[in-house]
Amino acid sequence: MLKIWSMQQQAENAEGAGGKKKKKVTAAQLRVQRDLQELTLGSTMKMSFPNPDDILNFTLTIEPDEGMYKGGAFHFSFSVNQNFPHDPPKVKCTQKIYHPNIDLEGNVCLNILREDWKPVLNLNAVIVGMQFLFLEPNASDPLNKEAADDLRQNRDAFKRNVRASMAGGTVRSVHYERVMK
Amino acid sequence: MASADSSLRWKHLHKVLTKSGPFSDEDWVPGPETITALETSKILGAGGLGCEILKNLALSGFKDIHVIDMDTIDISNLNRQFLFRQSDIGKPKAEVAAAFVEGRVKGVKITPYVGKIQDKDEDYYMQFKIVVCGLDSIEARRWINATLIGMVDPENPESLKPLIDGGTEGFKGQARVILPTLSSCIECQLDMHAPRPAVPLCTIATIPRQPQHCIEWAHQIAWQEQRKDHPFDTDDLDHIGWVYNAALERGKQFNIHGVTFQMTQGVVKNIIPAIASTNAVIAAATTSEALKIATSCNPYLDNYMMYAGEEGVYTYTFEAEKKPDCPVCGNLARNMTVDPEMTLQDYIDTLGDRPEAQLKKPSMRTEEKTLYQRFPPQLEAQTRPNLKRKLRDLVENGQEIAVSDPAYTIDFRYRLLFK
Repeated sequence: MLKIWSMQQQAENAEGAGGKKKKKVTAAQLRVQRDLQELTLGSTMKMSFPNPDDILNFTLTIEPDEGMYKGGAFHFSFSVNQNFPHDPPKVKCTQKIYHPNIDLEGNVCLNILREDWKPVLNLNAVIVGMQFLFLEPNASDPLNKEAADDLRQNRDAFKRNVRASMAGGTVRSVHYERVMK
Repeated sequence: MASADSSLRWKHLHKVLTKSGPFSDEDWVPGPETITALETSKILGAGGLGCEILKNLALSGFKDIHVIDMDTIDISNLNRQFLFRQSDIGKPKAEVAAAFVEGRVKGVKITPYVGKIQDKDEDYYMQFKIVVCGLDSIEARRWINATLIGMVDPENPESLKPLIDGGTEGFKGQARVILPTLSSCIECQLDMHAPRPAVPLCTIATIPRQPQHCIEWAHQIAWQEQRKDHPFDTDDLDHIGWVYNAALERGKQFNIHGVTFQMTQGVVKNIIPAIASTNAVIAAATTSEALKIATSCNPYLDNYMMYAGEEGVYTYTFEAEKKPDCPVCGNLARNMTVDPEMTLQDYIDTLGDRPEAQLKKPSMRTEEKTLYQRFPPQLEAQTRPNLKRKLRDLVENGQEIAVSDPAYTIDFRYRLLFK
C-alpha cells in the first residue's frame, strides 16, 4: 500500500542490526569530536577535561605570552549543549578578573559567542577569539564598565590596574583573584 | 441512528477514498480496504500546533491518535487554542485536548501523554505509522529526526516512520515531509534556520536602548549576580516577577519606558507571537499530508512547503535535497565485524588498511565513552590507556562508534559486530 519502500534504497545497509539498538553518538558530540581534532592550540593554551568521556564540557586555560595580560593563567569553562552547532558554546571565566570585556561574574563579551555565532564557526574560532581578547582588550564593547573607562582614558593606568589585579590586588575597591602562573 | 450519523459525517472523506482521481497512483485500490487502513493507522501528534493538528486528524478519519505535549494551559493560549476554556487553565494541554476531541468526534480514541517527546524511546515510537510534529524548538525537531532515522531497519519496512513537520513564526510557516533515511532530513536542512538574532551582551550591560534590553539585563546579568543559587525557571511566575521588577528599575535608570510583565515573559521565554491563522494553514498542510500518506489516495508533498504571509500571501514547494555529509542521515552506521579480543590500537591500525575505511588518524567515541581522541594533547593523554585495552572491554557487541579523521570532511559511523 505504502509505496515508499519501493524507492531506491542503499544496498549497503542491507544487513540488520544485531540485537537491541544502543544509544548513538549525537550530532553535537560528533561535531565536537571533529572540532577538537581540528584545533590549533599553540603554546599559550591548554585544555582539560574533568571527565574525558564528556567532551561537551571542558576548561580552557589561556596563558598570554605577550600583551598586558602576559604572565597570567586564565581559566574558562566551556559548556556545549546538544543543540550545538546551532547554539554557540557557553563560555565563562571561572576567575574574578579585571578586563573590559569580561564582567565580575565571568560573562564574556565576544561577538561570535552570541550575536554573530553561526553554525559554520567552530571551537577553534571561539578559542582564537578568546585569545584575542587578552591581546587586544576592547573598550568599545564593555562588560566591566570601569575597566573600559580606564582603558579608554588612561592606557598606562589601565595597564597598572591589570598588573595589580592579576597579582590579587584591589582596583577601584574591587578585590580580584590572583591569576599569575 | 449512530451509524447514520457517522456515515454522514464521513460522507465526503469516503468519497475521496472510494474513487480514483486523476492524481491517484495507478496501483492504488480505493474502497473499504483504504478506509480501514486509515482508521487503524496509529498516528502521533506532538507539540504546539496541537489543537489544530488534533482536530484535523480526528476529522480526517484517523481513529487511533496519540498526542504528546508537556505544557499546561495558560490564559494567553485561549485566543487561538480553541479546545481550551477558562476553567482549563493550569491543566495539561494534552489531556484536555484529548478529552475534548474524543467527546466531539465519536469513535475516535485519543491517548494523551503529558511530558517531553524525549521521555519516550524507540519502542514507543515504533508503534506508530506516522508522526506529525508541530514542535516549538529546533532542538526537539533534531531529536525526533535523529530518533526516527536511527530506528530505520531496512529489513523491516514497518520501521520507517514518515515524519511530517510543521512550524510557524508569526506570519511565516513551513510544512515538510521527511521519509527517514530516504529523503532530506531536518539535520540536512538545518542551515535554512537562521539562528535567533541576539543583542550583544555589552549593549545589554552598558547601553540599553530598548525595554527588551532591560529585560535581558535583568534575566542574564542581574539574576546571576543576585540570585546565583536559584536556577531561573521560565514557568515560575515569581521568577518572572523578579525579573520584571529588576527590568522596570533599570528602565527608569536609563529612561526607557515600556517594560511590561507580558513583554518580560515573552523575552525570557523567547516567545514569538503566534498567529492563529498561520497555525491553521500549516496544521492543515501537515494533516492533509498525513491523510494522503496513510491512504495513498493522492501524491504526498515532496518535500518542503514554505508559506509566507507577512507581505500578501506566497507559498512555494520545492524538493530539499539530502546532504551527503549530513551528520544524521548522511553517514548511517555500517556494520563492521571485529574480533572482540583485539586491542583498540590493533583496531585503529586495521581501519587504516580496510578498503572500506582507510582512516589513518581517526578519533572515535561511543555515545558514553571517548575511546580515543588524537587532539588536544590533554585528552589524547587521558584516552591513550584505552589503546591497550581490548575491544570487548570498551564497547558492547552491536554498539555504534563514530569516527572522525582529518583526511575526510565527513564522519563515519560503524556498528561493531563481534566475530
